[in-house]
Order: sequence, then C-alpha cells, then structure tokens
Amino acid sequence: MGRRRAVDASAVVVGFARALRAAGVDASPDRVQAFLGALDVLDPGARSDVYWAGRLTLCGSQDDLERYERVFAAYFGGRPGGVPARSAPPPRTRTVLRGAGTVPRPAARAEDAVPVAVLADSTDVLRHRDFAELTADERDQLRRLRAAFTLRGEARRTARRHPARRGAVDPRRTVRELLRGGGEPARLRHRARADRPRRVVLLVDVSGSMGPYADALLRFAHAALHGPRTGGAARGTRTEVFTIGTRLTRVTRELAHRDPDTAMAALAAAVPDWRGGTRLGEMLRGFLDRWGRRGMARGAVVVVLSDGWERGDPALLAEQMRRLHRLAHRVIWANPRKARPGYAPLAGGMAAALPSVDAFVEGHSPAALERLAAVVRGADS
Amino acid sequence: MHEVSGPAEVRARLEKTGYLVDDGLAVACFLALRLHRPLFCEGDAGVGKTALASALAEAMDAPLIRLQCYEGIDASQALYDWDFPRQLLHLRAAEAAGVTDADRLEGELYDRRFLVTRPLLRALETQPSVLLVDEIDRADDEFEAFLLELLSEYTITIPELGTLRAQLPPVVVLTSNRTREVHDALKRRCLYHWFDHPGFARELAIVRRRLPRVTERLAEQVTALAQALRAEDLVKPPGVAETIDWAEALDALGASEVDAELAVATLGSVLKYREDAERARGLDLSAILAARET
Repeated sequence: MGRRRAVDASAVVVGFARALRAAGVDASPDRVQAFLGALDVLDPGARSDVYWAGRLTLCGSQDDLERYERVFAAYFGGRPGGVPARSAPPPRTRTVLRGAGTVPRPAARAEDAVPVAVLADSTDVLRHRDFAELTADERDQLRRLRAAFTLRGEARRTARRHPARRGAVDPRRTVRELLRGGGEPARLRHRARADRPRRVVLLVDVSGSMGPYADALLRFAHAALHGPRTGGAARGTRTEVFTIGTRLTRVTRELAHRDPDTAMAALAAAVPDWRGGTRLGEMLRGFLDRWGRRGMARGAVVVVLSDGWERGDPALLAEQMRRLHRLAHRVIWANPRKARPGYAPLAGGMAAALPSVDAFVEGHSPAALERLAAVVRGADS
Repeated sequence: MHEVSGPAEVRARLEKTGYLVDDGLAVACFLALRLHRPLFCEGDAGVGKTALASALAEAMDAPLIRLQCYEGIDASQALYDWDFPRQLLHLRAAEAAGVTDADRLEGELYDRRFLVTRPLLRALETQPSVLLVDEIDRADDEFEAFLLELLSEYTITIPELGTLRAQLPPVVVLTSNRTREVHDALKRRCLYHWFDHPGFARELAIVRRRLPRVTERLAEQVTALAQALRAEDLVKPPGVAETIDWAEALDALGASEVDAELAVATLGSVLKYREDAERARGLDLSAILAARET
C-alpha cells in the first residue's frame, strides 16, 4: 500500500467506524486497528473481502451483525457480491401487530390515594405507595431509596475450589509446603468450594397495561444491576435484564451505564415497543430459544415482572412456563396488581402461568420490591 | 499453511480435508492465520464450529490440541501442574542416597520431567499447532482473564522454570454457545465469526463430501428435509451434524431413498426434543419430498 493510499484508507475506515459506533456497534479503537491490519493483508479491491474483514474485526456479537449490515450498505453502497442476503438471522420472535387492541387501564381507585402532603418526607409511608400514582418529586425520592436495593441470587456452590481453613485436604498446597520443608511433614492445607450467588434473570413486561409500573420496575432492574459490589463473589454472575412487549429485547448492556438516567435514556432508545400489547407466551418462547436454553436460565433465579395480561394463547404461555420451570432454579413472578384488594389470579395468562411459579409476589411498591429482593436471595415467599 | 496467499488458498486447502467454507469463513481463517489472532466462533450447535478446528489442523498438518472448558477450570488444569507424588518420591530417594546439597536438590525437584503439561502449555510448545478452546462460555471469568493474558502474548511464565514464548503462535479457535456473554476484552482480541446454517446447495455438498457412500438421491432428500425442518419453529433446529447423522442412519438401514414413513421412523437422529418430533410428525413430509422432485 502506498503512503498516500494508506492515509485515504484510514480516513475512510475511521469514518466507517464512527458510523458503526453511532449505530451501536462496539467499534473501539483497537478493533479499528485490527480492521486496518486485516485490510493490509487482503486484496483491497475486493469489496466482499472488505465487508468480511470489517465484520470479523469490528463486530463482537450476533446482535452487532444486523447493524453492521445496515451501516456497511449505507457507507459503501449496497451489499458486496457473494454475501448472502441475510447473514444474520433475525431473532426468532415474531412481531405482533401493534395496536391490535389495547388492554383497559384499570382506573385508580380513591382509597389508594393518600394525600401527598402527608408523605412529603416520610419515606416509610412512601415505600408502600403504589408507583402508579407518584409525583415527580416522590419518584426522585424513591430513586434514592432504591439505590439501596440489591438483587443477589440465592447462593450455590461453585465447582472451583479455594483455599479454606477447613474442608477437604488440598494436596497441591500441602505437598508444596512439604517440598518447601524438604520433605518434612508439614501442616495440612485445606480447600473448599466457594459459594456464589446464582444468576438472576429479570423479564420486565413493558406493554401497555404495565404503563404505570414499567419505568419504576426498570429502574429497580438498574438498581439491582448496580447493587453494592460484595467483593469477588458477585463477579461473573451478572444479572440479566430483558424487556418483553411486542418484542423481546435484551437490555443488560443499556442498563450497564452507572448513572440511572443515562441508562434509562439508552434503554428508551433500545426498546422499540413501549406500550404495545404483549403475547407473553411467544416472548417467553423467544427468550428460551435464544438465551434460556443455552444456559442463561439454567440454574438461575428467573423473575418475571408482569401483570399477566396475556393477549395470545394461555396454553402456549403455560407450556413455555413449564419449560422455564424445568430449566431455572426458581421462577418468581412479581405482579403489581396482586396487591389490589380483590385481585385473584384468574385472568387467562396469570392462571396459566401460576402452576409453574415457585413464588408469586407483589411488585407494586418499593416495599414489595424489597420483599422481592429478599425472595430472590432465597427467603421463603 | 501459515504462509497462505489469500482466502482462496485457505478455502482450497480446507476443502481438501472435506470441510467446505463460504466466503466469510475463508476470510476469517485467512486473517486468523496471517494476523495470529484467535478466531471466536458462535452459532447454533452442529453448524461446524468444532469441526473447523480439526479441519484447520488437518490442512496445516499440525496436531489439534483441545481444551474443553467447564465451570471451575483453572490454570492447573489448563496450563500446567507439578507431579507432586513423583517429586516426593524423588526427594525420599535423594534423602536415602544421602544427598545434602539443598540447592541442587531443589533444582532437581523442579525439573522439566516433573512438569505435567496441560493443553495450553502443549499448544505453546508444539509448533505448529491448532488450539481449540471449546465452549469458553462455560468457564468462569477468572479463567477468561487468564486466557486473555495468554492469548495476547503467547508467553507463559513458570516461576520455577522461567518464561516460555511460542516462536510461532498456535492457531487458536474458540467456540461459545452463548450460555453467558463472554467478556468484551477477550472478544476484542479475537476475530468474531457467526456461523449460519448453510443453504441447500452447500449443505448437500457437505453431506456428499462426508458420506460418499450415500446415494445422491438420499443425500438430496435428507438435505431438503433438514432445510424444511429448520424453517419450522423448533426448540432445537437440526445442525449440519444432525443432517449427516440422519443420512448415515438411513444409509445404515439400507435405504437408497427416503419416504415420509421412513423419515418419521428415523427422526430420533435429527430431533432431540419430544415437542420437535411431534411437530415434525404433523408436517406433510411427503409434500416436502415431492417438492424436491420437481
């Protein structure tokens, strides 16, 4: 490559990488470096080689491929020959038509309304208020309150053994000690399996009927993701968050922003379907097919945050819940409507799901969410 | 094979071993060889991620060194370990012989012959070699961090022996089933390739290539059925590996062609979930087969 050509190519590549970053692909500088390195050893004239070199170096997951596809087409015009028309299969959830009927919003009842003045600074009362009727100030207060929430899965034993004061003899360290002492019998060293919290998977319903709660629940999910780190044990058992509406969207990455407002903004951009109707059974199937069965739900504590308004076939929901139940360690369903007087889980969806639910809890107020966090930690519901 | 001229040559060499690649994978393998970057493979089960590593090894005439990951795997299982019982034995023998030179004894104790090499160390020491790190997503993040370090430098330091550096880094293939997200830092070190299910023509070519004994008609029919099943909404769509298994099973039964009845009878080699099998039985398999004929 001549000096002049190289400069041009770099400029084009850097512009392309910027466009990719704007589309949400993690085209970090070191990846761009790798891309340039790849172009260097390939024939720069072959468009399909350029396409593949970029795809191999700049993308990091299946979700990136679709965006890459789009940006490449926009940036270099059309798709190169020889590339299959659909290289990234769309997620296997079918989109349900929007606006195909909406769920009636239950009218807020008078007895729930507590004069706001009384609550001004009494967080304790505030904790038991229903999210659906909070003022902006109260929400603000709650946000701080919720920062104290952490969601840690029930502990389970890991396979990795660590040095311990007691437990099985650790032959490796014991013999090392022995050798150090020239073969003189030394102290026995022990090792034991450590405990780790189980993975927690949150499935948050963001459909129309959940309107008043979805925002609060997602903030709760954010707080759960960023709970105080408790040393090394919590690492690697990341909480995973999905939204379910007309589509299933994985939002773990969006919620990874430390600042809750930034995270919520990223999330709002990522979730295409606030306030639609939902087909829980279908969404759940999508989750299990794409993530759950591969291992995300295996042995995990799975929490469904939904009011159970199922617009599809309850039989499908029941079947998928059974599947989930077979995979997960525990299935918890948090329903914001459960606290309302006179609520009984008779609606098609909720009734179909219940047989496969280990703990059915409320999810309408901060106190209920605190309770939920306790159940996730392994308390009895 | 490290001195390959371009993707076309890589493809030709892999095809010689019976592994058929598309454009993307040819470029991916070429870059992995030329830039010494690990190749990170993701895709459904049975699309040929692991088979790629063996094909690369065969094409390069290099040994394939496989490291199967599992939860709790650590450096002593993946990299190296000391053979303590033999060291102790050596120590006792030296004592019995009245050796008193402590320094010499220590040097002997941590001699190469007491080192147990595990796959990663073997891959660094064998040149050339292909290292397959299978199902990296099963390992925990401590191990991931450790692997990242190893893959960036291709060197390892054994305190008692010193530093080993691979003159010619091994070709590294990592596979993941996405049971969890692998850390970005590790992915950044790698070339990322997503494996798709092949189209009809390529799948047929693969089946014919792997099972030369099977009649062309049977291979075509089985491939058509597999493609049709993949289009269904199955719990676990069959991979190419299952298509090959299926054709092999039918061939073992002495079939030179397949009809709907026989297909249903042998579904167990393709579909591994009761729900899927039921769904497949509900399909009009004869129609799918008839559609191929036209």
